Amino acid sequence: MTDQITDPSEIELYGALKDKEPPKEPRSQWKDVWDQFRKHKGAMIGGGFLLFITLAVLIGPLVWDVDPKKLDIRNKDMRPLYTLLWDGDARTSWAKPLGSDNLGRDILATLIAGGRASMAVGWTAMILALLIGTAVGVSAGYFKRLDGPLMRLTDLFLSLPILPLLLVAVTLFRQPLRANFGPETGMFILIVGVIGITSWMQTARIVRGEILALKEREFILAARSIGTKPFAIIRRHLLPNVVSPIMVSATLGLATAIITESALSFLGVGFPSDFPTWGKLLSDAVPRMEEFPERVMLPGILISLTVLSVNYLGDGLRDALDPRIRGR
Amino acid sequence: MLTYTIRRLVLSIPTLLFISVVIFLLLQLAPGDPMAQVPLTVPPEVKQKMREALGLGAPIHIQYWKWLVQFFWIEPQVFLDWATRESLLLGWLPDTAFAEGKLRVISWQTRSPVMDIVMQRMPQTLWVVGMSYIVGILIALPIGIYSAYKQYSLFDQAGTFVSMIGFSVPPFFSGVLVIVIFSVNLGWFPSIYDTTHVVTDWASFKVQLQQMIMPVMVLALQTTAQISRFMRASMLDNLNQDYVRTARAKGLKESAVVLVHVLRNSMIPIITVIALGIPSIFGGAIITETLFKVNGIGQLLLTALFANDLPMVMTLTFIFAILIVLFNLIADVLYGILDPRIRYD
Repeated sequence: MTDQITDPSEIELYGALKDKEPPKEPRSQWKDVWDQFRKHKGAMIGGGFLLFITLAVLIGPLVWDVDPKKLDIRNKDMRPLYTLLWDGDARTSWAKPLGSDNLGRDILATLIAGGRASMAVGWTAMILALLIGTAVGVSAGYFKRLDGPLMRLTDLFLSLPILPLLLVAVTLFRQPLRANFGPETGMFILIVGVIGITSWMQTARIVRGEILALKEREFILAARSIGTKPFAIIRRHLLPNVVSPIMVSATLGLATAIITESALSFLGVGFPSDFPTWGKLLSDAVPRMEEFPERVMLPGILISLTVLSVNYLGDGLRDALDPRIRGR
Repeated sequence: MLTYTIRRLVLSIPTLLFISVVIFLLLQLAPGDPMAQVPLTVPPEVKQKMREALGLGAPIHIQYWKWLVQFFWIEPQVFLDWATRESLLLGWLPDTAFAEGKLRVISWQTRSPVMDIVMQRMPQTLWVVGMSYIVGILIALPIGIYSAYKQYSLFDQAGTFVSMIGFSVPPFFSGVLVIVIFSVNLGWFPSIYDTTHVVTDWASFKVQLQQMIMPVMVLALQTTAQISRFMRASMLDNLNQDYVRTARAKGLKESAVVLVHVLRNSMIPIITVIALGIPSIFGGAIITETLFKVNGIGQLLLTALFANDLPMVMTLTFIFAILIVLFNLIADVLYGILDPRIRYD
């Protein structure tokens, strides 16, 4: 009888140990990340703008279905509509809201097409660099035998003069690739390839460092002790844990890829002249920038804003994915 | 430390040789023909002879070996000859004349030695790009220090925003922008950098200053963005350390705490960052030099590329690679010397 609870006050006591309200819903890691990310205003705006630009260049041609390559010599050298604000006599037309260039091509349409090319190059080159970087980093970190040679290779790539080599590679391989794949696809493969091959080193270093630390943890030991194969360990246990540094370097990679592509186009070794990209549009407009400053400003502002938003996005992601900062 | 330096120096030799092989093989794949500019009336046999005269007939490994000998053996001799003949430091020595009659690395464009052209172009690049680097550092350091000291203040937010812009606005846009604003609309500065301009008196100095401001500022914006971020992060790391509290507790002035104790410790990583950026000064800023028409190294590389001048491209790219490897080494050694916690041995 002694161990039975008879005293009502004692029941009350046990009741106090129970929570009156239901416990909080379980929260996943990604929800935490999202909550932290939302607090970073710059990152939210940056992410929103990047989404907007991506959608604009994807859906834009459906909404504004003017052929960017169509010549319209009669309506050449139109000014954008907003010049009417300070100059009532400017040649403008509602059919060409952002004006037309010296061959009468519609600037809004070329900007959308150029953005398509720039974003496509940026995303593909970034993904290529990430794939190479992650593969090198994981193999160097996990397999001890590969560590030395792979890291030597990474150091070698880091000590190559990148921009000169990019220029060399692009000028040298332009002809054969164009002959094999056509002028536009060939150039796309070439530019994506050279940017990807020359920008994977940072990712590889970061991933290797993370893998080296993770490899010594208990859960990897446990996985190994039940006989998991190395590749299964990498796929199931290691890769999910290095997603966050990879995402951060992805944003940096996207920014550098967009800038590098524009720089190559600006120096005249990028895409052929009838295939617009933002850098190409900018460099084509430079000789007449005194009369038509908007043709320089619009693509330049688009490049800068896109890269700025990507950088802010990366900043926010870095904060959100770092568990030490999260929750503060 | 010394053994570490020596080991790194020895290790850098195979690295550089490998890089030179990579660049050489890349250039060998070049589809361009240096005889493309020769008139069509020249018969093909003569063209073939001209190609062989440029050393193109030999097998690849012999071409590479000849370049290697010319670059590492004959060019230093030329330098020694010059040093004993004309330079102030060693001019009193008798003329050595080692390189008399030996074949140097010859540019296919101008048929003159590549190194002579590099030496002609170097001062312009060093003036413009080097000055921008110094200006950038001088602006970046105070910004970094103050924004770390007042973290999350208005100044810090503005500094973050400006450096974000510095990261994001590519030089070919910011350069064009300042040309439109300051040169076209306001007419304050010339948009073309005149390299033949000689500074003799105050008026010509002012002209030099005016033509340098725009390229220097465009390049300095990027340097500032990078280095001020590093400086801020490094200061923030140190400001929360225990020794700072001790320094304050023993009654040091706030300026002494921040500008002596914290600053000196935070400068350690910054100095290595600065050292790592120096090769890019010599490499020239290809885009900015093209934009402002500074005939420096970057512009030289670009024109050589377009003209299929392979010896020039090869030599220039390899000089950049040497500088990068060298300054990587200097940065590592400096880090070891400045920070006693680092032990390489």
